Amino acid sequence: MEEVAVKKTSEIEEKEDPIVVYKDVHKSFGDIEVLKGINLEIKPAEKLALIGPSGSGKTTIIRLLMTLEEPTSGDIIVNGKNLWKMEKNGKLVRANEHHLRNVRGEIGMVFQHFNLFPHMTILENCTVAPIHVKKESKEKARERAIEMLERVGLKDKLHNYPSQLSGGQKQRVAMARALVMQPKIMLFDEVTSALDPELVGEVLEVIRDIANTGKTAMVLVTHEMDFAKDVADRVLFLDKGVIAEEGTPEEVLQNSKNERLQSFLRRFRG
Amino acid sequence: MKWNWETFFDALPFILPGLGVTVGLTFACYLFALVFGFFWTFLRRIPIRTINWTVTWVMEFIRSTPPLVQLFFIYYAWPMIPGIGVALSPFTSAILGLGIHFSTYIGEIYRSGIESVEKGQWEAAKALNFSTVDKWRKIILPQAIPPTIPMLGNYLIIMFKEVPLASTIGVAGILLMANTYGARNWAYLEPLTIVGIIFLLLSYPSAILINKLEKRMNRRFDKEMAFVKEEVKNA
Ligand SMILES: Nc1ncnc2c1ncn2[C@@H]1O[C@H](COP(=O)(O)OP(=O)(O)OP(=O)(O)O)[C@@H](O)[C@H]1O
Ligand SMILES: [Mg+2]
Repeated sequence: MEEVAVKKTSEIEEKEDPIVVYKDVHKSFGDIEVLKGINLEIKPAEKLALIGPSGSGKTTIIRLLMTLEEPTSGDIIVNGKNLWKMEKNGKLVRANEHHLRNVRGEIGMVFQHFNLFPHMTILENCTVAPIHVKKESKEKARERAIEMLERVGLKDKLHNYPSQLSGGQKQRVAMARALVMQPKIMLFDEVTSALDPELVGEVLEVIRDIANTGKTAMVLVTHEMDFAKDVADRVLFLDKGVIAEEGTPEEVLQNSKNERLQSFLRRFRG
Repeated sequence: MKWNWETFFDALPFILPGLGVTVGLTFACYLFALVFGFFWTFLRRIPIRTINWTVTWVMEFIRSTPPLVQLFFIYYAWPMIPGIGVALSPFTSAILGLGIHFSTYIGEIYRSGIESVEKGQWEAAKALNFSTVDKWRKIILPQAIPPTIPMLGNYLIIMFKEVPLASTIGVAGILLMANTYGARNWAYLEPLTIVGIIFLLLSYPSAILINKLEKRMNRRFDKEMAFVKEEVKNA
């Protein structure tokens, strides 16, 4: 099974252009350099797991892609377009909001703390962006949102408000909300770490479902090593702002000789 | 001077017509301040330091100058400025003067409301690629405004009590009517008492109403906070 998955990825690599490319990306907060030259390519439909100690920069990497933070230097290319820079009079200048909006449409994100809109029902949470951002008709948006909510197992909660749901349910709504926008790449930032242990399973199940059926590329920041091994085509180990190790799940999670990685993994084996 | 019920009932019909003007001016000023408050709030959000400083400074200036002085300035001084001077009616001058003065407070209230919207909401709006206008319209303002409603309500009452200032530039509200009656009949006790009673009768019930509203909002807020606390505990 796992061998087949590996082969699939390498096939994709040969044929298709990457959907996202990081080129020597640096990010500093004040004097502290958090990302120290990230080079990374993500292929369409590729599932990438991002692991690493706290503070290593995992969240920052995906926040740069979601345009929630701006890189200090380097380029991020999304679908062939430079995310943070645009051409103006033949020169590359800092992107304006208009340019960012054009590129950002390809990207979706699920947050650790859900960030559902508390003043809207579950259904409205999932239709507001299709209607106002994608300019879909209300009927179509509604239809697709219900379909998606059914897929994440929340069809009976359409008219509830977020405050009436459990954490696991909220996180599933957040996924439906991101999925109805049909992004080419989805970012997940430790989406189970704010949940009660007994609710983690239902959320992972939904991610697994998306991973298995979707053509969406995924970047999963996670501490669930077994899950990463199951779902990911490729695992990156981030340490102190650099990608210290990368490869298939077996290569990184089982066979790596990297000492920092091994001591990091040891903590998860209890 | 002795209390005279005859004067009282003689003054009452003379003063009461001014109530429409007083209440009308209150709402007009309030509406102006509600709209203009947005203007301050958004000006202050422009991420250019010089603009931000200027706006903050202008707001501070307006707030620390007595509204009466601003009223006089707009009504008496502004028409005399060559080029941009415009002579306005007392009523319009009062709307502008009091409206602008209070809009700086209202703007602060909006700001506190906007700041109360969690960072995660802004980020979710960005992640879903909302336009700036839709982000404000659909996500931020619907969450920022409701918690400010009791405070905004309080300002309606405060403005109601400040509106008599407009009598000084000749707006014929209840205070001016009472004063006029007093001057004509050399009897101030009864007409001014009437003014006091009218203000009491209108302000006090409104204050109670707003207090109730505030309690209800707080209860809702407490409930939400309890929920958030639980979530943090679970996390
Ligand atoms: N807005 C910010 N301002 C200042 N420092 C920040 C900011 N965001 C992140 N950092 C710092 O950058 C470093 C990397 O943070 P990041 O959140 O990317 O790490 P992480 O790998 O996601 O860690 P965790 O596993 O704890 O979530 C940390 O040292 C953090 O304190
Ligand atoms: Mg993180």
